[in-house]
Amino acid sequence: MSYFISGEKEDWEVVIGLEVHAQVVSDSKLFSDASTEFGAKPNTQVSLVDSAMPGMLPVINKVCIKQAVRTGLGLNSKINLHSVFERKNYFYPDLPQGYQISQYLQPIVGEGIVTLEMSGEIREIGVERLHLEQDAGKSIHDQDPRNTLIDLNRAGVALMEIVSKPDLRSPQEAGAYMRKLRAIMRYLGTCDGNMEEGSLRCDANVSVRPKSTSELRTRAEIKNINSVRFVEDAIEYEAKRQVDIYDSGGTVNQETRLYDSDKGETRSMRSKEEAHDYRYFPDPDLLPIDLSTEFVDEIRKGLPELPDAKKLRFVGEMGLSEGDAEILVSEKEIADYFEDLSVGRDPKLSANWVIHELFARLKKDDLNIDNSPVKADRLGSLLDLIEDKTITNQIATSVLETMWTSAEDPVAIVEKKGLQQITDTGQIDSAVEKVILENTDQVSQYKDGNEKVLGWLVGQVMKTTQGKADAKSVNEILRKKMDSG
Amino acid sequence: MAIDKAKVKEIAKLARMKVADKDESELATELNQILDWIEQLDEVDTKNVLPVTSVTSEILSQRDDKVTNLDQKDKVLANSPSDNSDFYVVPKVVE
Repeated sequence: MSYFISGEKEDWEVVIGLEVHAQVVSDSKLFSDASTEFGAKPNTQVSLVDSAMPGMLPVINKVCIKQAVRTGLGLNSKINLHSVFERKNYFYPDLPQGYQISQYLQPIVGEGIVTLEMSGEIREIGVERLHLEQDAGKSIHDQDPRNTLIDLNRAGVALMEIVSKPDLRSPQEAGAYMRKLRAIMRYLGTCDGNMEEGSLRCDANVSVRPKSTSELRTRAEIKNINSVRFVEDAIEYEAKRQVDIYDSGGTVNQETRLYDSDKGETRSMRSKEEAHDYRYFPDPDLLPIDLSTEFVDEIRKGLPELPDAKKLRFVGEMGLSEGDAEILVSEKEIADYFEDLSVGRDPKLSANWVIHELFARLKKDDLNIDNSPVKADRLGSLLDLIEDKTITNQIATSVLETMWTSAEDPVAIVEKKGLQQITDTGQIDSAVEKVILENTDQVSQYKDGNEKVLGWLVGQVMKTTQGKADAKSVNEILRKKMDSG
Repeated sequence: MAIDKAKVKEIAKLARMKVADKDESELATELNQILDWIEQLDEVDTKNVLPVTSVTSEILSQRDDKVTNLDQKDKVLANSPSDNSDFYVVPKVVE
């Protein structure tokens, strides 16, 4: 499923690399003891280190090192036992130090691989590196007509910058890569992936080239995109813009651009046009990070089952389809819900109910699996009633509807409303006979060979029995009676 | 590496320093002298020498992930020139 943009003379291929900034899950900041909690009042979580007061020295948070290594292992990456912090020098009001402490020549994590599945095709996307760095503060532009207000609560929070190789070839692949990174980090507990709160942001490097050439042309960098959909939209727009430039005989500038999600376009960030010169050098305040292989092995042993492995198990051991397994592992919370539900129950039945019935209801009410009014154990008791044939699938759907707004147990709901499946075949027989008598036209159509009308007749019987008859036996009895009658 | 007047301008800009045109050539000369002096180090063959990061064979000291810093907004903003009690205030910077 290749993605090409048709230009005037030829088709163009898109080449994309992503730099993802993921906020590390930790209580305190990378180099200070101030809190990282989101949503605090401005400048209340700022230490004298974060505000770069003279004489303050950074001391590294050991959990942040651990989280970076854990993420590196989750991305099948090489862990560098020796890595170095450097200063990236630039002036901006939200950066009190006048430099960002980052890693440059020797990052903590080296090359790795993220596997994507794009409509059945396996794509391996190279990870170039992962390094630790400080976040900057927040600039607020819209509260004062003449001034910018600076909140340093976020300044100094630990980020992992994950840089991909230019291996992505379509906006959809870039989106899938972003979702996959997010899922892996959420499984690992190293980044909460909350894009609304800015825990996960990305810069996209985009260039285009004529189909079936392998040159790398000038790229534009789209900065600070904060949703997966915007990543896809921004890349799509930017790639088309570049093709149009080449078509009209122009050249693409190497520049930083911003994505405007309201207008759906990217535009040049004039203030950053001049070439950056960050004058990196090793931070004299910090010694290199030296890790032991034992430390890394210990973290490796503690890794949870990640989405790819889980999917293999769901397909291999539980017999789920690839597609269903893919959906179930896409979010840690969904996988957890499904695993709680399927313990001691038919995995396929469980998967069906999560993917179809539960998701449909959640979507309708704009909820997600975390705040589902029906938890796994209650949905489980409902499935038990289907499995022991107390109720039909159809009835179970309406019981779920009742459960959605009441805390009542499904067993109690079924008893109270008398929804138990009709097991007495005599009762089904008479319902079938009634339907045959009342719908002679349809019955003769069936007898003339119109198989489709059978489904309609089954529906009539189900209506008469208020859905309490088993559709399969109704089908059989109906056929038998009409064929013999 | 020779530093010319254009390079002086560029360095001054990166450092946010105002340098008068008339001082540029003198600064270029001085910076070149400093670089020449440092370049003497190139005479030493360091091909098989690892960078020294500490002479006391110290290792990076690490903290536990504990929040001990309490709200000290007033202290943090004490030297800020503006009278806004919640934020640092700077001239408008808009992209």
